Amino acid sequence: MADTPPFFQRWFMSTNHKDIGTLYIIFSIIAGVIGGLFSMYMRLELQDPGVQFMTNADGSPDGQMWNVFITAHGLIMVFFVVMPGLIGGFGNWFVPLMIGAPDMAFPRLNNISFWLLVPAFFLLLASAFVGAGAGTGWTIYPPLSDTLGHPGMSVDMAIFALHLAGASSILGAANFITTIFNMRAPGMTLHKMPLFVWAMLVTSFLLVLAVPVLGGAITMLLTDRNFGTSFFQPEGGGDPILFQHLFWFFGHPEVYIMILPAFGIVSHIVSTFARKPIFGYLGMAYAMVAIGFVGFIVWAHHMFTSGISLAAQTYFTIATLIIAVPTGIKIFSWIATMWGGSMSFKTPMLWAIGFIFLFTVGGVTGVVLANGAMSKVLHDTYYVVAHFHYVLSLGAVFALFAGFYYWIGKMSGRQYPEFFGKLHFWMTFIGVNLTFFPQHFLGLAGMPRRYIDYPAPLLPEDMSWWERTVYMSGETWNQMIAALTGAEYESSISWGYHGWNFVSSMGAYMAGASVILFVGIVFYTLLFGRRVEDNYWNVDKRTMTLEWTVSSPPPFHQFEIQPAVKDYPVIKGTG
Amino acid sequence: MKFFALLIGLLTLSTPALAGYADSWQLGLQNLASHPYEVGGGTIDVVWFHQFVLYIIIAITVFVTALLAWVIIRYNRKANPNPADFSHNTMIEVVWTIVPVIILIVIGIPSYNLLKAQNVIPEPELVVKATGYQWYWGYDYPDEGISFMSYMIPDEEIDEAAGQKRLLETDTQLVLPIDTNIQILVTAADVLHSFAVPALGVKKDAVPGRLNETWVNIKKPGIYYGQCSEICGSGHAYMPIMVRAVSKEDYAAWLEEAREEFGALPAEGIETVANITPIPKTRLASIQE
Repeated sequence: MADTPPFFQRWFMSTNHKDIGTLYIIFSIIAGVIGGLFSMYMRLELQDPGVQFMTNADGSPDGQMWNVFITAHGLIMVFFVVMPGLIGGFGNWFVPLMIGAPDMAFPRLNNISFWLLVPAFFLLLASAFVGAGAGTGWTIYPPLSDTLGHPGMSVDMAIFALHLAGASSILGAANFITTIFNMRAPGMTLHKMPLFVWAMLVTSFLLVLAVPVLGGAITMLLTDRNFGTSFFQPEGGGDPILFQHLFWFFGHPEVYIMILPAFGIVSHIVSTFARKPIFGYLGMAYAMVAIGFVGFIVWAHHMFTSGISLAAQTYFTIATLIIAVPTGIKIFSWIATMWGGSMSFKTPMLWAIGFIFLFTVGGVTGVVLANGAMSKVLHDTYYVVAHFHYVLSLGAVFALFAGFYYWIGKMSGRQYPEFFGKLHFWMTFIGVNLTFFPQHFLGLAGMPRRYIDYPAPLLPEDMSWWERTVYMSGETWNQMIAALTGAEYESSISWGYHGWNFVSSMGAYMAGASVILFVGIVFYTLLFGRRVEDNYWNVDKRTMTLEWTVSSPPPFHQFEIQPAVKDYPVIKGTG
Repeated sequence: MKFFALLIGLLTLSTPALAGYADSWQLGLQNLASHPYEVGGGTIDVVWFHQFVLYIIIAITVFVTALLAWVIIRYNRKANPNPADFSHNTMIEVVWTIVPVIILIVIGIPSYNLLKAQNVIPEPELVVKATGYQWYWGYDYPDEGISFMSYMIPDEEIDEAAGQKRLLETDTQLVLPIDTNIQILVTAADVLHSFAVPALGVKKDAVPGRLNETWVNIKKPGIYYGQCSEICGSGHAYMPIMVRAVSKEDYAAWLEEAREEFGALPAEGIETVANITPIPKTRLASIQE
């Protein structure tokens, strides 16, 4: 690679889509580890009733610290892990490769998109150390996020962090739209475009339409806080509910922004490892378009209890239920792609099948929550937490890992160790299910979310963390044996929410351990991984996409001779 | 398989006969203590509806899982070395679009009935108002001139032997008569809160500057606990709601005592109302629709 620039120019002044994609992926992994540490500490606190860890100096519970943790966890995972990973990372890497373009349409814009994200992340992290921290939840609802609830500078810093991250996303999205519309290889019509590119196209439109609304809402909040306006202050004629409408007009498309690229990645993996073209290609593409469109007109299902009228609740219930249809089309089309196929179960395929199963579970609980009537018992409970972690933590994040294992050979030229990849999958799969499945039970039983402590009898105060863990493991074991054998098991104590919270925390520790394994796999792969050839998955002609026609890793500038695409998914022509 | 059968059994069984708070290892919703809503000839309530949707979603999940299991067993590289190359089947694509639509309609009809019953408030026989503060609740009985505050009892003072539950017990309770249509007005004086009592199927956000309303008709006397359900700052977990439902006679007796105890306090209730910015009439009408 004689034509690569020196280190500083290459990584800090990059205009190369692959290098910028790599930066995004590294950023996403680092932010993911930080966001994951936040959640580990939260599960540690919730493992047993009472407040053992997040205390003030005098031992009293520090509820603000808890709120800062949940806020940081949410914002980091959404804006600094999933979006940079799926969109900035895999999107940058593979959109130009898949459409046969030498780079993105606006390489410098691409660079600034990434470098806006870094100060955004530092602003968000620093906000925790300025004053009391931003303890508003990722939804930043006023008046709590207004000067009434957060007088210090923390929320202002968090708002600026979102401004920068939002600007980064909008610029990136504009870049993708331009690239996809203008730089496809000759012969690649929109209806012959790989599904991941379709996913990125729809995602980019969602970003361009949704993120400015968030930008407007948080700017109004900023002027409410600092310049005497009262958009959201009832005492000045404003209305806190207005913020909720604006936030969720962004917030609901945002969840599809996170999951659509995942859909694209899973489609490619399923097709490759089943050795069969994707089933119902057009249905798959337009299901994503439909999901993107309907995603904009369902926002108030997050606000069923806020006092919106019966007519509004009815409409948003129906519109939300409708999303199940295109989502069902995707699930069934993936299964139909595997049907009749010749599947091998390499690590990426395990993650993809895991994704399909877990996304189904998260999807059907979404059907429950879509009903405005159910909000009267489920809104803001752990059932909601379970639902969105099934679709995001177990959906979008599974796709991140699936994409990583699928493409790491292409990106680095070295292959991951298969055994450890599979071990990582199984640890994560078992861990996250143990974490989040019991949260359905907690939510149904009524446990509200965003709680530092929950109603349950305290264990004796002199028990250490280890003693509590051993004791509760025993109780859990006895209960499980009793349930499996049908025997009566009477504990002398009513555990309240304790039991399932304990199980959930144990699962979280396991999932946390799997992250350490993953970081190890990353380093091992980059340093010692086996070198791979161009088409190391033996993707066959019928399911071929253009990234397999270039070397692994691809040359610094690929497709200097434009490839010809006669008939997707059959590729005629080479890089 | 035995485990799954058991799990499904557990999931679909109704929960132990506790109302008002969560039991050990509870799997389902709390038992409802409020009257089911009358719709058409029958009745409907949120527990029944959840049960109904739960059967459907379990069936869907089992179906998808079975399909996945089948393709994994039947169409792996060993069992099927030569992949087929079909990629379209209009018939099946139409089927898997239409069938979900039908399922959604089946869910949607009772969903709408329940939603309507929850939101259309019958002529109230009693009006109470709950106001969220950081971090306690204020209760008003506007027609009785009673108003008081309700604070959580701290852990040190909880008497578990007497059946008190930490983080749920409050010093004063919202006392309500059974078999009465009760309109509950909900608002907040500082940040957002949410008035929620799972066993009564009630949850309504408390929004400063707005007066939300919901209703309940309680059928069983008892203690029903709830917790603030909208993040409201550092004391979010420490502002429980404790409803004591009593017979109409006991309620009348309590009213006498309460007038003595709380009715004399002039400031609190009035101050609560005064704290709230007047709402334009047009918007009030739309809220009360």
